[in-house]
Amino acid sequence: MRFLLRRLAGLAVVLVVASFLVYGLLYLVPGGPMAFLLGNRSGTPEQIAAIREQYRLDDPFLVRYLAWLGDAVQGDFGSSLVYRQDVSALLTARGTTTALLVGYATAVIVVVGVAAGTVAGLRPGRADAVISTLSSASLAVPTFVIGVLLVIVFALGLGWFPVFGPGEGFLGRLHHLTLPAITLSLGSAAFLARITRASVREELGREHVETARSRGLAERHVIRRHVLRNASIPVVTVTGLTVAGLLAGSVVVENVFALDGLGSLFVRAILQRDFAVVQAVVLVLVTAFVLVNLVVDLCCKALDPRLSR
Amino acid sequence: MKIPEVQDKPRDVREDLLDVRGLSVAVRAGRSWRTLVDGVDLAIGGGEAVGLVGESGSGKSMTARALLGLTPPGARVTGDIAFDSDQVTTMNRRALRELRARRVAMVFQDPRAHINPVRSVGDFLTEAMIANLGVAAAEAHARAVRLLADVGIPDGERRLRQYPHELSGGLLQRVMIASVLAVEPDLVLADEPTTALDVTTQSEVMAILDELRRERGMAMLLITHDLALAAATCDRISVMYAGRIVETQPSTTLTATPRHPYTSGLMLSRPSIDTVADRLPVIPGRPVAAFESGEGCAFEPRCGHAKPHCRDLRPPVQDVEGARVACVRAGELTLRGDVDV
Repeated sequence: MRFLLRRLAGLAVVLVVASFLVYGLLYLVPGGPMAFLLGNRSGTPEQIAAIREQYRLDDPFLVRYLAWLGDAVQGDFGSSLVYRQDVSALLTARGTTTALLVGYATAVIVVVGVAAGTVAGLRPGRADAVISTLSSASLAVPTFVIGVLLVIVFALGLGWFPVFGPGEGFLGRLHHLTLPAITLSLGSAAFLARITRASVREELGREHVETARSRGLAERHVIRRHVLRNASIPVVTVTGLTVAGLLAGSVVVENVFALDGLGSLFVRAILQRDFAVVQAVVLVLVTAFVLVNLVVDLCCKALDPRLSR
Repeated sequence: MKIPEVQDKPRDVREDLLDVRGLSVAVRAGRSWRTLVDGVDLAIGGGEAVGLVGESGSGKSMTARALLGLTPPGARVTGDIAFDSDQVTTMNRRALRELRARRVAMVFQDPRAHINPVRSVGDFLTEAMIANLGVAAAEAHARAVRLLADVGIPDGERRLRQYPHELSGGLLQRVMIASVLAVEPDLVLADEPTTALDVTTQSEVMAILDELRRERGMAMLLITHDLALAAATCDRISVMYAGRIVETQPSTTLTATPRHPYTSGLMLSRPSIDTVADRLPVIPGRPVAAFESGEGCAFEPRCGHAKPHCRDLRPPVQDVEGARVACVRAGELTLRGDVDV
């Protein structure tokens, strides 16, 4: 419990620092915020005044930051310059898509990666060779190539999956997200399979496994209670890092599949200098990243008593 | 080939519990085979303690593992291992599991590595009872507490909830011993049970192991490089060199009158508490593994008593006044034993 509280306090510190950096970036831009916000447009004095008002550019920096932070904590990230909409409303719509995509991809990564890695670790020989080759290949091919290939084969060729569009209802959305999720997860699943294989191999050779065998325990029991149980610790850690990485990786996939997610919103916001959106997306991503890490730490603590203090 | 009985065996032992003949273990190294254990004969009666003494790499641990069918995958095991007249080498998986579960148990050298670090002490102790003996969880828990008390750990309830990293090496080795006692095997294989421990806890742990196995009438094969420890605990001692047993004698006569130059060398190179020596006598050269030795006696290159013909032929095992010695000059040599005894 104290561990959890300490971690939550740490999380708050990370978020404050991140938010400060995110907010401060606006003022480090060459030419100052005004030039950045206006871009190539030349605004009328009224428009400029409106922007100054909206971004409180006349207040001192810290005051502005605190005001912005106060609003952000309450879920108000201001309104988008481009979309003329509340940023939080924009984020909710896009965030759901990205969350579904990342969640879907995570499920694929864990199921495929851990299963393949375990099989490869436990059965040296042909199964191991096939899985290792496949995982090397998956690791070597870039995400966008995989995405395009999948679209050509499964969407255009076989017609099993739609090419774009969000889909209707939960199942419809999952159907639409299948190719993107596979694209997003393939490399990570291959990576996780390798980690799992190495971890299982290592545990198989451990002395305590020899002890378990010497006690006449059934091989199935030894594998489950000693080999896989212990091998799961590094696997969980790597899974967490991978999932956190997916948040960033989703940018590419969302663009390939023309999905309206946080990633594509983010890229467009940067290009269009929609600063309120950029700040909000970065903050959301950082929060998600830190939360995933917290969950991983909690899992590892539950799995490995040596980490408890 | 019938091997003559060793004279000094305990009278009440009618038939040997374990009878090993011509046991050899080889592992693959590239295209060739490397012999690690070479023609070992070993017999242990019910309730008897036998010491297997030798340097690192002499093949003693591999011998013990072969007795449980725990040789590394792909290893070639030849020869005869009869446990209670069942052949271990030809056992199927099921029989082998049965043998390990109830009849032969092993105490490993390093309890810290040999006990799963992420499972509690209670899990470790009750696991085999529940899985192999079909004991109910609550009963297994109660038994585990009693076993811990037997090995000198009074606060068992608390210890069962702890994890291996929270216990000292000495305590952990007692836990290991308790886990072996839990299944009441007929034979305990103790593979250097005190080597990984502090000197101060070594004798305690050894005393506990020896006392409890005597109480329960279990036989023991004590594997160690400590000849004095083996002599103090065991009824008989076999000395191993380069994968072969070079000498077998009852402990008392072995220490007084070693028959093999290697045994004598081992005893002379021990420091004595009574005499001050600038340099300890050593056996020249380095120990070899079985696959490194030539045609003749493996100890010949380091032996002070070697004759040219030692190199030609592997010395056969012969009886010399109750000792079984693999040295062609065993009959003619008078070797120094332990001066302290």
